[in-house]
Amino acid sequence: MANENKEIRYLNPPTVEVRKKKYCRFKKAGIKYVDYKDPEFLKKFLNEQGKILPRRITGTSLKFQRKVAQAIKRARSLALLPYVTDLLK
Amino acid sequence: MVNQYETVFIATPVLSDTQMKEAVAKYVKLIEDNGGEVVYQEDWGLRQLAYPIQHKTTGFYYLIQFKAESSFVATLETQYHRDERIIRFLTVALDKDAVAYAEKRRANKAAKATAPQAPATEETAEAQDAE
Repeated sequence: MANENKEIRYLNPPTVEVRKKKYCRFKKAGIKYVDYKDPEFLKKFLNEQGKILPRRITGTSLKFQRKVAQAIKRARSLALLPYVTDLLK
Repeated sequence: MVNQYETVFIATPVLSDTQMKEAVAKYVKLIEDNGGEVVYQEDWGLRQLAYPIQHKTTGFYYLIQFKAESSFVATLETQYHRDERIIRFLTVALDKDAVAYAEKRRANKAAKATAPQAPATEETAEAQDAE
């Protein structure tokens, strides 16, 4: 029964989006330490509400996502970044 | 074990300049008295806080990087807790990448401190050219 639907026919040819491959900016730039003292840089990893963006959006590797998260949390505790906000950017 | 640490504290904005210097001197002395060594210190000045702490919206930030025994950190933090001038603090151990980063950052700051004269003269030279 499942075999009947195996080949899907489209009326119009399906548009295939060519997405740019995401990459880990830390690996690319050779950054080894994520500094919590630089809130402007850390803002790249936050959404407008000040929440940490997931890896699937930023493309950061797991190793550096952990470090980014740690740095953001340190920056928050020092009031360099807000815990909650609106319109951060 | 001797490690390199980095501590940032936020002092209340009600302090005067001399009181702030006094507070800094106290902690530098505390580090040195306990067999530590201050590697670097940096005054960030009065900064806006991202959210109010103890009903205050600004604070004096101060960064000290030092080498000390690991047991000293507890002593330092006890002092922070007892000090009413300090509204927030953070002490972190620096691993080898962090130490490398800290040195680079220091070098950059030093270069910036000496550099402003050079670009400034260039700008004035350009301005003269334009005229």
